[in-house]
Amino acid sequence: MKKKTTFKQWLRTWDAGAFDMTEALTEAVAGDPMPKEATEHAWKEKPVEGIEEGEIRIFTRFYPVAAAVLCTVLIGFLLLTVAKLPAFGAADAPAHNEVMQRYVEQGMEETGAVNVVAGVILDYRAFDTLGESHVLFTAATAVTILLMSLGGAVSPVETKLERNIMQKDPLLHSTVRIMVPLVIVYGIYVILNGHLGPGGGFSGGAVIGGGLILYAIAFGFDELDKILNFKVYRRIVLASLCFYSLAKCYSFFCGANHLESIFVPGTPGMIFSAGLILPLNIAVGIVVACTMYGFYSVFTRGRI
Amino acid sequence: MLETLWSNRIQCVAVVLFAVGFSTLLLHRNLFKKIIGLNIMDTATCLMLTSIGFINGRTAPIIVDGVTEAGNYVNPLPAGLVLTGIVVSVSVTAVMLALTVRLYARYHTLDLDEIYMKAKLDRDDAKKEAEE
Amino acid sequence: MDLIELFLLGLLVVCGITTCLTKNLLVSLVIYMAYSVIMSIVWVLLQAPDLAITEAAVGAGVSSVLLFVTLKKLRDIRKKAEDEEKNNL
Repeated sequence: MKKKTTFKQWLRTWDAGAFDMTEALTEAVAGDPMPKEATEHAWKEKPVEGIEEGEIRIFTRFYPVAAAVLCTVLIGFLLLTVAKLPAFGAADAPAHNEVMQRYVEQGMEETGAVNVVAGVILDYRAFDTLGESHVLFTAATAVTILLMSLGGAVSPVETKLERNIMQKDPLLHSTVRIMVPLVIVYGIYVILNGHLGPGGGFSGGAVIGGGLILYAIAFGFDELDKILNFKVYRRIVLASLCFYSLAKCYSFFCGANHLESIFVPGTPGMIFSAGLILPLNIAVGIVVACTMYGFYSVFTRGRI
Repeated sequence: MLETLWSNRIQCVAVVLFAVGFSTLLLHRNLFKKIIGLNIMDTATCLMLTSIGFINGRTAPIIVDGVTEAGNYVNPLPAGLVLTGIVVSVSVTAVMLALTVRLYARYHTLDLDEIYMKAKLDRDDAKKEAEE
Repeated sequence: MDLIELFLLGLLVVCGITTCLTKNLLVSLVIYMAYSVIMSIVWVLLQAPDLAITEAAVGAGVSSVLLFVTLKKLRDIRKKAEDEEKNNL
């Protein structure tokens, strides 16, 4: 049943504007085609009962035209707007006003963070980041609810090739064995260094989550389940979010009543400085890392 | 006008990418492609915001050697906003993908039109059953 | 600086358009990963290293992995449905 694609056919598809490597790639990889629903409109060939033909035809003709016109108009308007914007990189653009000046000039003194961006997102605008951590948590909850009820119905089907790769492939295993500790240590460094250089809770957490996902891809979930199962996940994430909320409540309370906070900025440039920014970075990093790993776990096997 | 467009070329690229993502979102029937298009729109918006914060000849807002003059650093505000936006975009992607998986498990297709038709039929069936 | 910037911007547009035009979902996903990495380099040029690290870890890493895993899950669902059809016949 193997269909051989000749060079002429390839040339023709390339000439037609879409160099479609579907067959070549899937044959080479697993002999298992990926979903092709995008290219085939099944209902055209076998019409569904109860739907009128004319309705569909008018709609399918009208809709792409309308969408294309809308996109063209949109891009035209946006380009006109860009032409009216202040020149790129100009120092006197209205965006660079007294707010930016204040953040840069007073930021290190007031928050103790050398990295002004970390000072902005975790001290001046920490409420924003609190909401964002909750957005992540809510998204993880929603994904878990949506896929957990499905999880029992669809068990992962493993082809022979996949099982071979998972269990035997020496290249994957030795690479992962070397890479994962490095990736996770780098993530921890990025989190702890958040107030001193580029990085912070979000990027470091995502790096750690990526490392955990890499480990899970190569060695399966058995080992990871001993460390990070659903119980641990729930406790860690809840503790981090509660710590974040309480810490920010405390600093809002102090700030509103002009009280002296016990978290002092300290000497800028030291690791234990910048008051609350380091613990908040760690809390955010934990939430992000757990959420990323949780997403992967739920998508793969239907539970955390 | 062309001169301004050329000097603002990063913003132009952001606009083009936004339009590409938007047209994918509108024109493709495949739900999966729609999600990728939305992601592209997201990054294009982030690129636009970041490029507005850039100032020629200045360095990233990480204070070096205690120099705190505002004339040395680029604007830290857009970076702070975009940092939040990127992470939110991942959670939005994850939720959309979960919904896509549920739809696929129900209707066994990724074609939005087909899903719509089948959902319509389903609803009619449910109505008939309710009447009976 | 200018040449690199132009080259990266061109690549960005090309990758964005190819992602949307490619028919195979797997291929378009791989191109999307490349797009994310290029975007993070552009952000390094725009003096926003925080964003660059985040985009490289999130856009090219986690988000793409999620999309890949979804493709695998869709295939599992399809295979299961096909098996059931065979059993019914």
